[in-house]
Amino acid sequence: MNGGMNGGTNRGMSRQSGRAPARIRGHALWYAHILHRLSGVGLALFLPLHFWVLSLALTDVAALDGFLAFTELPMVKLAEFGLVFLLAVHLFGGLRLMALEWLPWPAPHKTLAAGTLAVSAFLSGIFFLQAI
Amino acid sequence: MPDEQRSGATRDGTDNANGTLAVYVWRGDGTGGGEQRFDVPRQDSQTVLDVVTWIQQQADASLTYRFACRVGMCGSCAMMVNDEPRWTCRTHVERVARNGELHIAPLRNLPVIKDLVTDMDPFFDKWVKAEAIHHPSAGRDDEFAAVTPDDPERIEASAGIECINCAICYAACDTVAGNPDYLGPAALQRAWTLYNDSRDDGGDAILDAVSRSGGCHSCHSMGSCSHYCPNDLDPMGAIAGLKRATAKRFFGGGRG
Amino acid sequence: MLELRLYMAQRITALIMAPLVIGHIAVMIYAVQGGLSAGEILGRTQGSLSWALFYGSFVVAVSIHGAIGVRTVLSEWAGLRGGVLNGVCLALCALLLVMGGRAVLAVTMI
Repeated sequence: MNGGMNGGTNRGMSRQSGRAPARIRGHALWYAHILHRLSGVGLALFLPLHFWVLSLALTDVAALDGFLAFTELPMVKLAEFGLVFLLAVHLFGGLRLMALEWLPWPAPHKTLAAGTLAVSAFLSGIFFLQAI
Repeated sequence: MPDEQRSGATRDGTDNANGTLAVYVWRGDGTGGGEQRFDVPRQDSQTVLDVVTWIQQQADASLTYRFACRVGMCGSCAMMVNDEPRWTCRTHVERVARNGELHIAPLRNLPVIKDLVTDMDPFFDKWVKAEAIHHPSAGRDDEFAAVTPDDPERIEASAGIECINCAICYAACDTVAGNPDYLGPAALQRAWTLYNDSRDDGGDAILDAVSRSGGCHSCHSMGSCSHYCPNDLDPMGAIAGLKRATAKRFFGGGRG
Repeated sequence: MLELRLYMAQRITALIMAPLVIGHIAVMIYAVQGGLSAGEILGRTQGSLSWALFYGSFVVAVSIHGAIGVRTVLSEWAGLRGGVLNGVCLALCALLLVMGGRAVLAVTMI
């Protein structure tokens, strides 16, 4: 012990709040998990709108065409790109998870997670280039 | 030790020879509490457990914490250090202090008894719930069981037996945080180990136990358990093994 | 063993959807060229039993898959449990089935 040190000064409670919830720092597979979850929730929220627009074909084709014209807006094209990316990343992320769970070989998980991201960006990028 | 560390400033921004470390220790009990600051003298090769011990011996004898072996064998000194679960005895201050500060709190996902001591009962109760208990297949009058080290099932079992129940994985897991019924990585890994142990006779009981609510199917393979395990074990892989075995049995494939 | 059944249903619907999603992305990349129009979409799908089966199975699978996934998220992040949790997710499954079924009928019926 370093004699004579004045450490250990009790300065009272510095934070009066209850036990602060610890945040586990992100790591590759944790980010993959969050991306899979958020993309899934995003798609689930989008689906009712998607179905409603398509069902306009049953009742009001003119309204459907009106809505499809709306997709020519740059912002909507960007949103569509986002949706295709969510779909692709959820697909490949899900395939990665099933491979992890059901195939009994030690996979390079982080590389595969990065790969799903790359493939999804590539596919949604192609979609975007075709759309504009 | 490199000269610059012996003589002066270190990577964590404190001065080895005569610096101090601002240590924020969580104080309180199950009803609540907060951080309390202590200024602790910095020393060479100081571990986080050294810091906690210094506070208890030199500053506040009422600080409550748990440790035993001090060398990473017993698994009792695990705490949250700067928001990450760690064995405090094997964590050097130099590696984790940020700007000369250290935040030390009781393990996440477990009820607090006092200060840095958590109630480990829920953690161990879940080992039993997961059927992570030995189911004898032979008695004392039987021959010794021959265990072949290179048998594929034995290799699976051996992969997980170095677990010392420190609950680092349990504290790291967001699924445990969101689902109090979830059995957690350690209990499920032990269940997978026993499932693959040729001397254990509880295969179906184990698969039944881990198929219930909060069992292996609650896991989302986020891998924080395998990321933080101080023994470099792979609970995520073990849980995947249980998922595979239960799926195989679901499709009528028998033993997975 | 509700948990195991939900897990299996989640994975089986995922496996069913994997080729369907790849097909869907391919069609999107193809169809978006030159802009979208009701005439173009309906010209491709109306009166086609193959597209009806493609999108019909897609809707059934995604309704189950989505409801189970949202169930997990609501349980872990919103703390829902028991009857409320199951009720919300059955309702979501039913909503997706009805709306999705209606959309498939709309674009494939003559």
